[in-house]
Amino acid sequence: MKNKNFLYESQKLAFWYWTLALILFGFQLVFGLIIAYQYIQPEFLHKILNFSIGRLLHLNAMILWLLFGFIGGIYWFLPMETEREIVGLFWAKVAFGLIAVAVGIVVAVFLLVQIGKADWVTLWFITEGREYIEAPRWADIGIVAVFSIIFFNVFATIWKAKKLKGILWVLVIDLLAIIGFYIAGMFFTPNISVDQFWWWWVVHLWVEATWEVLVGVLVAWILMSVLGTPRKIVEGWLYLEVFLVFGTGILGLGHHYFWIGAPEYWLGIGGFFSALEPLPLVAMVVHAVYDAGVHRLKTVNKPAFFWIVFQSFGNFVGAGVWGFMHTLPQINLYSHGTQITAAHGHLAFFGAYVATNIAMIYTALQKVRLNEGQILDGGLWKWAFVSLIISIFGITAPLTVAGFAQTFIERAVGGSSWQAYINGQLHPWVKESMVWRFGFGIMFFISYLLLVIDLLKIGKKPAIA
Amino acid sequence: MKLGWLEITIFSIVLTVVISALFVRGKDWLDPGFWAVFAIVGSLIMFSVLWFLTFDTLKKMSLGSKRVPSPTVINHRVGYEFDPERKIYVPTIGEEEPFFGKKWSEDEAIQLITKGKLAIQSRNCMDCHTLLGNGAYFAPDLTKSWLDPKWETMIKPMVGAQTKEEAIAKWIQNPQYYATWQRRMPNLKINEEEAKAIVGYLKFMSAIDTNGFPDHFGKSSLAY
Repeated sequence: MKNKNFLYESQKLAFWYWTLALILFGFQLVFGLIIAYQYIQPEFLHKILNFSIGRLLHLNAMILWLLFGFIGGIYWFLPMETEREIVGLFWAKVAFGLIAVAVGIVVAVFLLVQIGKADWVTLWFITEGREYIEAPRWADIGIVAVFSIIFFNVFATIWKAKKLKGILWVLVIDLLAIIGFYIAGMFFTPNISVDQFWWWWVVHLWVEATWEVLVGVLVAWILMSVLGTPRKIVEGWLYLEVFLVFGTGILGLGHHYFWIGAPEYWLGIGGFFSALEPLPLVAMVVHAVYDAGVHRLKTVNKPAFFWIVFQSFGNFVGAGVWGFMHTLPQINLYSHGTQITAAHGHLAFFGAYVATNIAMIYTALQKVRLNEGQILDGGLWKWAFVSLIISIFGITAPLTVAGFAQTFIERAVGGSSWQAYINGQLHPWVKESMVWRFGFGIMFFISYLLLVIDLLKIGKKPAIA
Repeated sequence: MKLGWLEITIFSIVLTVVISALFVRGKDWLDPGFWAVFAIVGSLIMFSVLWFLTFDTLKKMSLGSKRVPSPTVINHRVGYEFDPERKIYVPTIGEEEPFFGKKWSEDEAIQLITKGKLAIQSRNCMDCHTLLGNGAYFAPDLTKSWLDPKWETMIKPMVGAQTKEEAIAKWIQNPQYYATWQRRMPNLKINEEEAKAIVGYLKFMSAIDTNGFPDHFGKSSLAY
């Protein structure tokens, strides 16, 4: 690297994680396109790569690349926070190697073996067969091991540096929660109600609580780095955010317990607390607008700044608005299990997590490629930024329309039976939406390529201030 | 014990505010420490409430409870009727009827259900279908699929079976032979024993009290 800036070893490792993350991002999109096309042309790859396998790879590639992005962020910012190299560098590198190998094995098994017999061998070595946590159990244990190594590294580095700043506190506790909640997903029970009860501890408490807080930590660091926001202000917001995210998100878990066989009090608790879940997201939008105004949109790192401002809006609209749309039990009784959920998922994950990861990588590139006083900017990132945002809305909108049609035709009128499902799927609002979704999916993929090209090139010829 | 959602909600919020307020007395609200107290107290209280409710919920939906029936429910006729008191559809468990031509003992039924769930997981059913409304939306919801009229009206004559359970078992073993519509289920190499177990599971699942989801399943004449 031609920069004159000093980099910690841990920060170099961060780039390894981000590289792997971006490759998996590409995989996610390829499988996403395949399954989106199967909605239009069900015979496509039928029997070779059935929808279920494509979807499983689409989902898991996403979960992993986002996680690897976050891990990269931790390894990037931690040495700067503690002003020292991380303690267990060797183990961090070992963990990276294990991750790369494990991901390769799991993907190969998913592609080549795909399904197993109804026995324990399948659960341990092929798939657990539970949406979002399909990984075989050995890989689950691996994920816990890797996060334990990260936890150790964070904790030991803070300990050695004797610097327990506020943000690090939150990170340490959040990492513990991430490890703890994941274990809730690692057992078998014939009782599907109990199964799904714990399954949501991983799926909801990860994504709607611990991930949101982890992203809060990363965004705090990005803001300090890109805008020079004072630590005191960032910390105050972070605590408020943790209060609101955990305060609403932990019992907001109840919105997943409406129909799984759990007692009726969850209808009220889940409905109430998940109605409050957008609160921290509104707070973040207010904060982002305020920050942008104070700085009159002037910053040393244009792409990171724009992505982080978009993050607050994307998170609010995707997780907040699209989430709230179908979170009340009276509505959810009919909208549950329709494309509305998929619409919400696509926009929320992009707004909250994809945007954060991209902003983080741009933040790091500035340090790697530019000298003090130079500005990270260019033309290409704007194209990628705008077209990624247009295409994710282009994916979300038709899914929402399809979801509404399903809600009415399949669920409310048709009574959710097999034939009612087919009637819903044959409705033009669903059929045509799937074509639109696929089209915008292609646009998203092209935008992804623009993003990758920009990440490879930006800052190599510094823009003039 | 009957728990009211409003009491639980008000209790957890008031407790959070009161305890946090006690700890932050004298602190400036612009000081980050002020909000740190709220963050810690709020998280701890909400998590404690969740933990408490978890025990209660797990007890109320254990196998053989009012909400989640014992696997021996497969020996009975299962239905789905409107309950005027709760104002939702609830599963009904009627008279005995043989399942695959026999009455299953408790042990046999548990073994069958366990096998059925393993089969459902090993074939990744949730990545096309929804179970209890969770999963993918590429194929129909299976929550009450045992009660789907289509098994009797279309699939039974199509596969040439005597009973509904036989029809489902035959169909899921070789879905590629029987046309339904353009989106087709692939052959998932389900053997006879696994097919029986899956059918047992579908019947068992249809008897779970899901608070009325899906509403009026299979009762709409407009769907045909």
